[in-house]
Amino acid sequence: MRLLNRSAGRLSRHRRGPVAGLVVLLLGLLLTGGLYAAVSPSSSASSAEDDQALVKQGRELFLVGCAFCHGQNAEGQTDVNGKLIGPSLVGVGAAAVNFQVGTGRMPLAAPGQQGPAKPQTYSDDEISALAAYVASLAPGPAIPTEADYSTDGMTDAERQEAVVRGGQIFLTNCTACHNFTGAGGAMPRGGYAPSILNTSPRHIYEAMLTGPGPMDVFSNGNLSPDEKRDVIAYIQTMREQPSFGGFSLGNMGPVSEGLFAWLVGLGTCVAFAIWIAAHTTRSSKKKESQA
Amino acid sequence: MSIDTSRVATSNKTAANAAKPSKAGAAAQWADERLGLAAMGKKNLRKVFPDHWSFMLGEIALWSFVVLLLSGVFLTLWFRPSMAEVTYQGSYNPMRGLQMSEAFSSALNISFDVRGGLLMRQMHHWAAMLFIAAMMIHLLRVFFTGAHRKPRELNWVIGSLLLLLGTLEGFTGYSLPDDLLSGTGIRAADGFIKSIPIVGSYISFFLFGGEFPGESIIPRLYTIHVLLIPGLLLALIAAHMLLLVYHKHTQWAGPGRTEDNVVGYPMLPVYAAKAGGFFFIVFGVTALMGGLLSINPVWKFGPYDPTKVTAGSQPDWYMGWPDGALRIMPGWESHFWGSTWSWNIFLPIIVLPGLLFTVVLLLPFIEGWITGDKREHHLLQRPRNAPTRTATMVALMTLYGLFWTAGGNDIIAIRLHASINQITYFLRAAVFIGPVIAFLVTRRICISLQRHDNDLLLHGYETGVIMRTPEGSYYEKHLPISDVEAYTLTVRDRSAEQLTPAAGPDTNGVPAPQSKLGGLREKIRTLYYADDIDKPTHAELEEARHHAAHEAHELAALDGHSAEGHHFDGRHPVAEEPIRPEHHH
Amino acid sequence: MSADTSHDTGHDTGHLPINAATDALLPDPGLAEHQWRPTDVDARAEKRAERQVATLFGLSAVATVLFVVFYITLKTGTDGHTFIGLGASNVALGTTLGLALLLIGLGVIQWARKLMGDHEISEQRHPAASSEEDRTATLAALNAGLEESGIGRRPLVRNSLLGSVALLAAPAVVMLRDLGPLPNQVVGEYPGAGLHHTIWAKGTRVVRDVVGTPIKASDIEIGDLFNAEPDGLFDLEGAELQIAKSKAAIVMLRMDPDDIISDVTRNWSVQGIVAYSKICTHVGCPISLNERTTHHLLCPCHQSTFDLADSGRVVFGPAGRHLPQLPLGVDDEGYLIALSDFLEPVGPSFWERNTKSPSEVAKELKS
Repeated sequence: MRLLNRSAGRLSRHRRGPVAGLVVLLLGLLLTGGLYAAVSPSSSASSAEDDQALVKQGRELFLVGCAFCHGQNAEGQTDVNGKLIGPSLVGVGAAAVNFQVGTGRMPLAAPGQQGPAKPQTYSDDEISALAAYVASLAPGPAIPTEADYSTDGMTDAERQEAVVRGGQIFLTNCTACHNFTGAGGAMPRGGYAPSILNTSPRHIYEAMLTGPGPMDVFSNGNLSPDEKRDVIAYIQTMREQPSFGGFSLGNMGPVSEGLFAWLVGLGTCVAFAIWIAAHTTRSSKKKESQA
Repeated sequence: MSIDTSRVATSNKTAANAAKPSKAGAAAQWADERLGLAAMGKKNLRKVFPDHWSFMLGEIALWSFVVLLLSGVFLTLWFRPSMAEVTYQGSYNPMRGLQMSEAFSSALNISFDVRGGLLMRQMHHWAAMLFIAAMMIHLLRVFFTGAHRKPRELNWVIGSLLLLLGTLEGFTGYSLPDDLLSGTGIRAADGFIKSIPIVGSYISFFLFGGEFPGESIIPRLYTIHVLLIPGLLLALIAAHMLLLVYHKHTQWAGPGRTEDNVVGYPMLPVYAAKAGGFFFIVFGVTALMGGLLSINPVWKFGPYDPTKVTAGSQPDWYMGWPDGALRIMPGWESHFWGSTWSWNIFLPIIVLPGLLFTVVLLLPFIEGWITGDKREHHLLQRPRNAPTRTATMVALMTLYGLFWTAGGNDIIAIRLHASINQITYFLRAAVFIGPVIAFLVTRRICISLQRHDNDLLLHGYETGVIMRTPEGSYYEKHLPISDVEAYTLTVRDRSAEQLTPAAGPDTNGVPAPQSKLGGLREKIRTLYYADDIDKPTHAELEEARHHAAHEAHELAALDGHSAEGHHFDGRHPVAEEPIRPEHHH
Repeated sequence: MSADTSHDTGHDTGHLPINAATDALLPDPGLAEHQWRPTDVDARAEKRAERQVATLFGLSAVATVLFVVFYITLKTGTDGHTFIGLGASNVALGTTLGLALLLIGLGVIQWARKLMGDHEISEQRHPAASSEEDRTATLAALNAGLEESGIGRRPLVRNSLLGSVALLAAPAVVMLRDLGPLPNQVVGEYPGAGLHHTIWAKGTRVVRDVVGTPIKASDIEIGDLFNAEPDGLFDLEGAELQIAKSKAAIVMLRMDPDDIISDVTRNWSVQGIVAYSKICTHVGCPISLNERTTHHLLCPCHQSTFDLADSGRVVFGPAGRHLPQLPLGVDDEGYLIALSDFLEPVGPSFWERNTKSPSEVAKELKS
């Protein structure tokens, strides 16, 4: 597999403008991506009757678990001071529900805070029902399927290029907040960009699509579906590749490296120095030659 | 120096015997006839070095410098300091086909295509971190023990310069691979330089050969990193060691150890073996770190691109404190007559480090001026016996630590789930209040410890054994400390004597200054020694001894009936002691 | 002092006590009597220590051999061998090399601690200063030398020498002149040259970073954040590309038009779409950590925070100046374009910079 990549790399060396080549290829990918999005059906193929039942089930779940903050009809809710308790969910789409509930962020323990990822409260079926209900309110981003973010069916050379391109998009759009490995970072006033090291590809895709919490949106007009797929391909490559240099020290960059230099490096050397200068055991005996 | 062969363990049966003609002897003679080695050897081969773990901290710095030289030379064989654009074709797949500088491409090449290259890169980086860390704790040891006093002030200056140059060397090295993090560092450095009033943008254009980033900075930093600064470092290290040999090492006070001698092991064989062995240990620790702990994984950052950035963009730890000062500085900027004065950058990153470095450089001279002490010092002081000095350094360390914390405020925020804004506001106040509190608390602790030493000297140590008097009251049994301990505790100056050294001319015959400055100096000196607890006087010691003898006499009557717990209080060798002696006198 | 005390015979004559101020409360008990180690008095312990040291050296040799074996057998790179998720080559080489070195170190030190003679000896110190005779002799030699050179008697020769040598500093300084051009010399030399300009110009399309495609206003949803560049940037190469990028990068986002606070920001926006320089006005880090809900943009380097709804005003952190906004418009095909270059220098401050407020800058655009 890797050998093929190598030859692909050699081929591209002979191209005069490698960036231009990349752009042409991307345009092609963009076009096909756009066409695919235009012709593919926006709703699932299940029967209308099933859909109705699912929406109904979702509405019931919603009234019990979500309406307190988001309002009876998901129109959003403010407290007496006009402060937002829960935003309107009209138009956020099934993808937002699948992300928020699927990563355990919703339901929130208390309104107003940034929802941390935690084990999910609802079952997968219940999440589908909730998503169906919210999606029925107004059109919004649908839940991506595995075909949207999988690189299966690509040739090795294509996958290789996708990963390289995904890496560039990742480093341009994502690392500023989520750090170079996706370990997360700090945001203003106690906010934070969470670690995405263990986030599933589908949830990453949904996050880009819907911009959960304070995160920006990377809609399909911003990053095309193929570009999102490439970003995910890069993240997965980084996850799968070994830590070449040894243990990665939390992927926090120079701060943790400095800590290790002092505690492990200098600590060990000083411990050896103490041993070297320490007095060895003494005997009460006298040496025969001197006794 | 006389050589007593009976000192050598009998296993050294084959010790070289110079009298016997041998091949080695012939070679030595050949060399001596040309270099006169014997005269040097006579003086230095058995030179005495005192043994204490804290005297080896500087050695960690020295040996990590050697590791840096070795691993650095290895890296130069493959590293190409060029900013020319190339298409990466190496074996790191997620970047193949990407445009990048030759420098970054060769850094990837060293990491992935040169066997052992990644190990050398990581060892080089770890050794650099260790080098500067070791220099810093060596500096702290020297200052806390008063080893910077006459005649070693110049060696302190050399050491401070080494610390400064080491930091610059580290920064230039950090910048070379041209990865995202190092490029971000250079970009920030460009911002620092541009903040210098009047000449800032000119210096920036000269340094970068035009506008940032240009294509000159990496080749230029490379020359500075592999030629200029290492040359200066080598020269200064040589001077540092020569002065160490000339002054002879300081030593801790103790029986037989005076201001006039140095007691320890001879250079050959013990010190040479210990120092040489320690070199291998530091080298080995660096290699293990390079093998097991990932550092600066440049392939995760990617090539530098002025439009990309990552959360957690930090410099290496030794640049962390000025970066922290920069982070917590309020955004002050003045505009007059069409010019911009960036106090928010210029003060924390150009003025403050320069100022603090100057203070550190001048510490021995400032202290010498205050105390007016013109004597040579070769016996070390315990930190507690110079409370103001100790407190000053702890205050400086606190300041450093708080700036350092500020340099990692984003990492702290995310690890402790705190707000960056709150941490910043807190640190803005803490850098002013913290050092003051640290100074006062440390000074008090030192004075308490001095008092404790006097108690030990006058009343003995607490055995933990509770005695009941016939009248029914209880007290803890104290026993006198050993002669060795007592002697060691009393080898220190009285501050009272030092308060008035200006009364007469000093040892060089220079009369005491009588100026306004002199008056200020007297005031500062009084504050410097204020509240110090002096060691007891002769009379106090005599009285305490008399009292102890009396108590011992009274206790003798109870002997055999009381617990002998003090045998196991850690102050007596117990290996051959029975738990309950048959007879105790 | 014990009988082991030995004296350096070099300088003993005329030696004075170095520091006699310490008053001795108690008599100096002198160096303690030497105590032997088990290895000094017990032949078996000695043999054991000998074997121990030799074993350490032997193990080091084994580690070195393993190092060579691993060097030959383990493959590096992304297709290389792995070991519990780590790069096997690096871990194996580092561990074996580390052990090989460490074991030698431990062996040598154990040798020194257990087997080498360990009598402490004492050496006399001498004042750092030279003796009085040496000083007198040196001064005499110096005076003789100065006298013979006549440097004091011939001020003309002395001063002209000093002058000419001092002047030699000038070439050393002058020769550094070609390190780089002056800031105003580069203007016009290449696209967007100089501290006051970027490659943005009236009508330049906004394109996506990395892929370089133009952006229609209708492509952007509320909450979208683009990392964008000027069209034509990717035609540049080498240093010109890097210089242009380092000033022209922007972040562009769409907010609810009602959220916009300042008039300038509103005037320069298109349907709530605003664009700002991506280069922090503090020390120049690229800045794109946007909090969608507040429109606050945070710099990851030093945490300066800017309000994108309010002309890029500084709301927190060490930056001293607002983030420059790029006036946006739409061309005939519906693509987003710049209405002009940035109207003030982007990036960190520099002394010659004439700082203006956003409204002053806006007035300039109108005129």
